Amino acid sequence: MSAETKHPPEIGAFFQRDRSWHPRGLTPDYKTSVLRSPEKALLSLDNTISEITGPVFGHGILGALDNDLIHNFAKPGESAIGERIIVYGRVLDERGNGVPGALLEFWQANAGGRYRHKKEGYIAALDPNFGGCGRTITDEDGAYAFRTIRPGAYPWPNGVNDWRPAHIHFSVFGHGFAQRLITQMYFEGDPMIWQCPIVRTIPDKAAVEMLVAALDMQATIPMDARAYKFDIVLRGRRSSVFENRLEGN
Amino acid sequence: MVQSLNRLKESPSQTAGPYVHIGLTPNFSGISGVIARDLGDEMVNDKTLGERIGIRARVLDGTGTPLKDALVEIWQADSAGLYNSPTEIRGTADPNFTGWGRKATDMTTGECLFQSIKPGRVPYKPGVLMAPHVSFWIVARGINLGLNTRMYFADEEAANAEDPVLARIEHRVRVPTLIAERQGDAYVFDIHLQGEKETVFFDI
Ligand SMILES: [Fe+2]
Repeated sequence: MSAETKHPPEIGAFFQRDRSWHPRGLTPDYKTSVLRSPEKALLSLDNTISEITGPVFGHGILGALDNDLIHNFAKPGESAIGERIIVYGRVLDERGNGVPGALLEFWQANAGGRYRHKKEGYIAALDPNFGGCGRTITDEDGAYAFRTIRPGAYPWPNGVNDWRPAHIHFSVFGHGFAQRLITQMYFEGDPMIWQCPIVRTIPDKAAVEMLVAALDMQATIPMDARAYKFDIVLRGRRSSVFENRLEGN
Repeated sequence: MVQSLNRLKESPSQTAGPYVHIGLTPNFSGISGVIARDLGDEMVNDKTLGERIGIRARVLDGTGTPLKDALVEIWQADSAGLYNSPTEIRGTADPNFTGWGRKATDMTTGECLFQSIKPGRVPYKPGVLMAPHVSFWIVARGINLGLNTRMYFADEEAANAEDPVLARIEHRVRVPTLIAERQGDAYVFDIHLQGEKETVFFDI
């Protein structure tokens, strides 16, 4: 592992997480949460070096097709079926600074809404040329991009007729273990977003809108792939010259 | 009106869902040929310094049933108490120890096993050391925001007794939920999401 940032690392503690902005643990309309949500109060802990630090991954871990889900599981000369799209954006922190060297991992259903997974039971067909996973690392400005197909909506066992809107799952590493985040990206204009019990675990409409990627015709490649812009915001760090520092700082 | 602080809100979390393995442990999930090796699969190599240990973890729901679809990540210091991270500025950690591991819980037993080393002590603030510990991050279907906790070691009684984080747990009866017993080569850590034995989770 190596840092790929030219600037000295920021080492402050992270801003307190706004837990009223995130979904609560217990969200009964998303049934699985009922037995999987802690019931007791969390112990609040100002960050120690154990939370301020975190693993950082170098571009060297990436394979040539890691950011191309259309081809990274396809037979030579073939490609995944579906609407070709480019997803791009920046990883920022709460202070608005780009986060360089952030590892993004993403996974999704195929164009018919089917995942390639042992526990997947949906009748939609598998695409032999689509695996459904990829990854990339942000550049010096925190920017990233990858190519994929637009995933389909799919039904899931919760209510008898609950369907997920089309979405891509994202896992994000910043520079500290306390920044670790998993979220989902939705697509502009999808009416399914506002009916989904998982989306509705998020209390605030403005927070949901942070997860809806915008169609960007300017970044679209003519005759090839439409583009969706999706920025991700990670927790920011305190940065005061007056704060006590750990030994050796 | 006053000036704007110009801050952004953090992107809200969403559950990792039932298919988290496809993205984070593709080879474990049966998708081969995309990435060579699942990230975080190996923390140590032949040259890693320190006492070799296993960490056997399970995540149990409110009925006591182990989750068979969870994903667990751990983060810890090396044997000298240094983190392998660019934000570690007290020194250089053992280059043969990543400090970071990731495992899916077994789809039959619900258990996951990390091969690691016993971490050294790291400071809480100048002059105050924490007991050796391993940070945990747990995601799964039904967990809306990743859960943070720590594992401490039962055979570090003296260090645990003066650990400033453990000291902040008001209900002392809950302290043992963070302390793993040694069984053979491995420390066994059961994480209870709910109930009388609910693990102490942190807002870090
Ligand atoms: Fe999904």
